[in-house]
Amino acid sequence: MSEKIGVYVCHCGSNIAGTVDVEGVANWAAKELAERGVVVARDYKFMCSSLGQELIEKDIKEHGLTRVVVAACSPHLHEPTFRGACARAGLNPYLFEMTNIREQDSWVTADKQEATKKAKSLVAAAVWRVAHQQPLESLFVPIDPNVLVVGGGITGIQASLEIANAGHHVYLVEREPSIGGHMAQFDKTFPTLDCSACILTPKMFDAGNHKNITLFTWSEVEKVEGYIGNFTVTIRKKARYIDEENCTGCGVCEEKCPKKVIDTVFEAGLGYRKAVYRPFPQAVPKYPVIDRPNCIFFQRGTCKACEKFCPTGAIKFDQQDEIITVKVGNIILATGYDLFDARKIPNYGYGRLPNVFTSLEFERMTNAAGPTGGKVVLRDGVTQPKSVAIVHCVGSRDKNYHKYCSSICCMQSLKFAHLVHEKTGAEVYNFYIDIRTPAKGYEEFYQRLLDEGTHFVRGKVAEITNSVRIPGEEGKLVVQVEDTLIGKQRRIPVDMVILSAALEARADAKEVAQKFGISCSADDWFIERHPKLDPVATMTDGVFIAGACQGPKDIPASVAQGAAAAARVLSIIGQGEIEIEAATAMVDETTCVGCKQCIASCPYQAIIYLEDKGKAYVQEALCKGCGTCVGTCLPKSITLKHFTDDQIVSEMIGAMQAMKSFETMEVS
Amino acid sequence: MKRYAYFPGCSLEKMALSYHKSAIESARKLDVEFEELEDWNCCGATAYFHIDELLAYTLSARNLAMAEKTDLDMVAPCAACYKNSYFTNEALKKDPDLAEHINFALEEDNLHFTGKLSVKHLIEVFAHDVGPEEIKARTVRPLEGLKVAAYYGCQILRPRKDHENVEQPHFFEDLMAAIGAEPVDYPEKLLCCSGSLIITSRRAALSMIRNLLNGAVHSGAAVIATACPMCQVNLECYQKQVNQEFGTDFNVPVLYFTQLLGLALGITPRRLRIGSELVLPTPALSRVRRKPATT
Repeated sequence: MSEKIGVYVCHCGSNIAGTVDVEGVANWAAKELAERGVVVARDYKFMCSSLGQELIEKDIKEHGLTRVVVAACSPHLHEPTFRGACARAGLNPYLFEMTNIREQDSWVTADKQEATKKAKSLVAAAVWRVAHQQPLESLFVPIDPNVLVVGGGITGIQASLEIANAGHHVYLVEREPSIGGHMAQFDKTFPTLDCSACILTPKMFDAGNHKNITLFTWSEVEKVEGYIGNFTVTIRKKARYIDEENCTGCGVCEEKCPKKVIDTVFEAGLGYRKAVYRPFPQAVPKYPVIDRPNCIFFQRGTCKACEKFCPTGAIKFDQQDEIITVKVGNIILATGYDLFDARKIPNYGYGRLPNVFTSLEFERMTNAAGPTGGKVVLRDGVTQPKSVAIVHCVGSRDKNYHKYCSSICCMQSLKFAHLVHEKTGAEVYNFYIDIRTPAKGYEEFYQRLLDEGTHFVRGKVAEITNSVRIPGEEGKLVVQVEDTLIGKQRRIPVDMVILSAALEARADAKEVAQKFGISCSADDWFIERHPKLDPVATMTDGVFIAGACQGPKDIPASVAQGAAAAARVLSIIGQGEIEIEAATAMVDETTCVGCKQCIASCPYQAIIYLEDKGKAYVQEALCKGCGTCVGTCLPKSITLKHFTDDQIVSEMIGAMQAMKSFETMEVS
Repeated sequence: MKRYAYFPGCSLEKMALSYHKSAIESARKLDVEFEELEDWNCCGATAYFHIDELLAYTLSARNLAMAEKTDLDMVAPCAACYKNSYFTNEALKKDPDLAEHINFALEEDNLHFTGKLSVKHLIEVFAHDVGPEEIKARTVRPLEGLKVAAYYGCQILRPRKDHENVEQPHFFEDLMAAIGAEPVDYPEKLLCCSGSLIITSRRAALSMIRNLLNGAVHSGAAVIATACPMCQVNLECYQKQVNQEFGTDFNVPVLYFTQLLGLALGITPRRLRIGSELVLPTPALSRVRRKPATT
């Protein structure tokens, strides 16, 4: 055995040393594993500290170590740290092996002796393995500085502006005719009650007119190919039937269009739009869209009122969808959320009892630019309510629908209560399970509402009914609830009910995730790389997520994430090129039979078929080293570098040899 | 011809004889045949499952095993019989050990439970298996102008079985519409009739009954249709006591849905045993606009 191996056992304060005899492990390794090539074995308080790393660097130089083993925490945390130390001392980082004696040993083993034995066998396994490891060279790929942002809500706008202001080009793709997202629908924002449009529209305007931003509204991403630094994205720009070169956004076409349509998107079903429309007056871009299924000309072949009156001849009934291909280095997904369909809870009566409204309907109602001109009225459009119930957690924190807390509804409901109170003077009841107001200025807002005289009833609403039981309930909606603070069932008759419906993942979130090669949680929210330390990155390099597509979020949190994702992207662009993990799969062309099984099995579409040779080929930059193809390959032609058969088998032999030696010790 | 094994249950022998007769008569008109189980026993009612679960399962499983012998699905017109039979069937299918244990006892009677049949409530036979379209086509005397509160009660839908919509079902209303009647919006349609609470807590039970009657009258119903003997008794027989207790003035006829169905199918009121009620339905029914019977 010609290798010289150094073993380093970390105390991690008392995290490991509290249960594992770390000194004993180091001494044992020096003695028992000497024949496997261990020339030095040490224990140290914190191996990850700069002093700990220097210890390794010094030993590599002084003892001429050819391999290094660190027994400490999870490689997720510190593998890059120690690889760096090895590299600084001139040792190829892939000749280093880390074994986890914290999460997989000291934290989960109560008995000190057992934990020490386990640590020894884990160290033995790593020592056996490391001898078989090969030096590998990482691949560097250049980064295309252009960026794709998907979703033009406040999160996507923020991310786009940050990147564009840094001097890089952004392609901003939005599915609807205008950017602005849900925030454009709101009237006031909590807790400061500043006007949503007033703070949003300047940003929309900036995004629409920035020299570094190309807007693709009324467009969707069709296909994504490539890898970090080098994505090719296909975008379908749906036909607007409007010539953007000539359209001045004057709005005459909207005015003259004879067809009125209920607007279920922007007005949440509460108001109307025309068949040619901009969702709202401040829309960016200013060009309208012709809604083909509702357009009289497209359906019956006559009308063309818009074309007749358009002063610039911008109506183009023969326009076709355009397919556009762009090259980008990074992608930010900010696709937002859908509102939970309150019809799914029939006992709350939405869709059956006219004066039950959803939160989004109320947002439009209370908006001065909305269908009622900002008047709070019942479904008849004229009657002001004298009493209003606001129900929290509709579809959230409910095991029948969504278990999670939608996080915005408490504050949103408080805002509604304030607005109803201010505009109508009605009695307002908030029905809540818990009030959650954790962010800056939120609790103060809650206190303000308490002072305003809003009623707070703690209990989950059982039913909203028009069933009359006692005098005074005629013509009212009765909220049946258990008031858990007084321990009584209550029936509270009101004129109007607002359901604070849950936020849920977009209906097509799974499809989108698949398109971009990322994953979804059980609730279909996009999954981040690390819930605390890497909240906007995903497991796919170069694809980032921000805002409510990752989980329910209010505006401040969404904006913060949009900016955070932009910062992550800018740091990658700044590097110019990026290092790709060297532990990738490799096809042995001499034995590959070209059956293409591996291509079907690869979750990252990293394997291609070389037609000329009739062999499979792994694109290293795309390979994540998951090893699925290795298991699929029948002739065993695929090897996963850094996880070869002899490395894994040696690791197992090492662990078992050590355990066997403990047994013989116990017998003798 | 649709055929079912029929488990009437004890109520239909006496108190709810009109339910039994009208069910059989209406079924016959619709080419549905009920084969009554030969030696059926009690379903266990409300109490037995809380006293001895194993024995209660055994009791109920005996009926199921007898029904299995006929190779037909089992129908129960009483909501409690339906609920007990349904859940016994499901529990034994899920727990083969329990089934084996019970089968050991059933062997005494040369019976064996396998779990091959499904248990249905009588209203499902008409509302789903026959279906409103077929019933509409067979209706000869549509009950035009008769406002009906279709009252589901609780046990047909709860605890939850395999019904799709338990919060706002509409199959009962659809059935009433099929026979030409006008189902009203009855928000109380799923509330409990108070079951046997009248025995232990009279005032609470009467108050629950009052809410149901109040809702029906308020929604403009001339008659309440039920699909359960317990609901029928509670809603009809205690109206006088409710009136005394709360100073109200209820006088609402409560009929089985099969009686209304039978009328629409052209069966005479006498054969449906209409007229034996405590609150006479004749004034309400006389307002039905009759089409000539010949058309």
